[in-house]
Amino acid sequence: MIDDVDKALIDRLQSGIRISETPFAAIADELGLDETEVIHRLQHLLDGRILSRFGPMYDAVRLGGGLTLAAMCVPEERFDEVVERVNAHVEVAHNYRRDHHLNMWFVLATERPEQIETVLGEIEAETGLAVLDLPKEEEYFLDLRLKA
Amino acid sequence: MSDQPINLDAVDRALIKATQSGLPLMPRPFAMIAERIGLNEQAVMDRLERLQVAGAIRRIAAVPNHYALGYRANGMSVWDVEDSAVDRLGRKVGALPFVSHCYRRPRRLPDWPYNLFAMVHGKSRDDVASEVDQIASLLGEAARDHDVLFSTAILKKTGLRLVG
Repeated sequence: MIDDVDKALIDRLQSGIRISETPFAAIADELGLDETEVIHRLQHLLDGRILSRFGPMYDAVRLGGGLTLAAMCVPEERFDEVVERVNAHVEVAHNYRRDHHLNMWFVLATERPEQIETVLGEIEAETGLAVLDLPKEEEYFLDLRLKA
Repeated sequence: MSDQPINLDAVDRALIKATQSGLPLMPRPFAMIAERIGLNEQAVMDRLERLQVAGAIRRIAAVPNHYALGYRANGMSVWDVEDSAVDRLGRKVGALPFVSHCYRRPRRLPDWPYNLFAMVHGKSRDDVASEVDQIASLLGEAARDHDVLFSTAILKKTGLRLVG
């Protein structure tokens, strides 16, 4: 379980820290805590998977990689088999089942942009199913700051 | 923001590799990173600062697990918005507090008529539905059609491997 201090820490850390020699001491000052407590609580939140990570949030495209969102319409009786084939590609970073006739949605991240087409082509060949390629054309906001 | 890739040298790549799964939790995390990759602390901070200014790092922050925070409903709302209005309205949708990601993506007719994606999180599907209603009223008649795709299972979640 998390208490109010954890919630304040989560809320504060979602918006990002300034780069300094002692970033946790700076956060501690802001929240009226001490540095050791901030570090211990952060470790606890990560260990308990309340936070999935803490660190630099890199932008794959600015780093020269390829990134897309892909969707497939997978027949129910083949679902498990197709999940296995799709997930076997290391480039598949996230994959969600969604309640729609396009029932499989995955994010593909590749080291180079041209590899997106190659991997999607492999998935189509391995599964015999069409893949919709829906790369972002514009980003209006990307800022997950859920209130803890 | 531009999507043009920035130039990375071998040291940048080592730095990204050393930090992509997270920062060490200790009083001087950048000094520890520096020691691991053979730089000094100031050089690590300078390079991270440069990557952040260039947009390669969005921010250095905590990423919450929405499920653990009680946000169990995750709806991908998708909208068919007039091309002439989508950029103006997309920025407004993206500024709503419950929208975590908002993108324009290509339509793929006839299979997929939607060009605006707004990811909405709530503690229940009812919460998400009322948030989707707010987006609908903001978009008004510029949105010809929409749908909400709820996630029903996470099939894989390994995160991005940026540098191998």
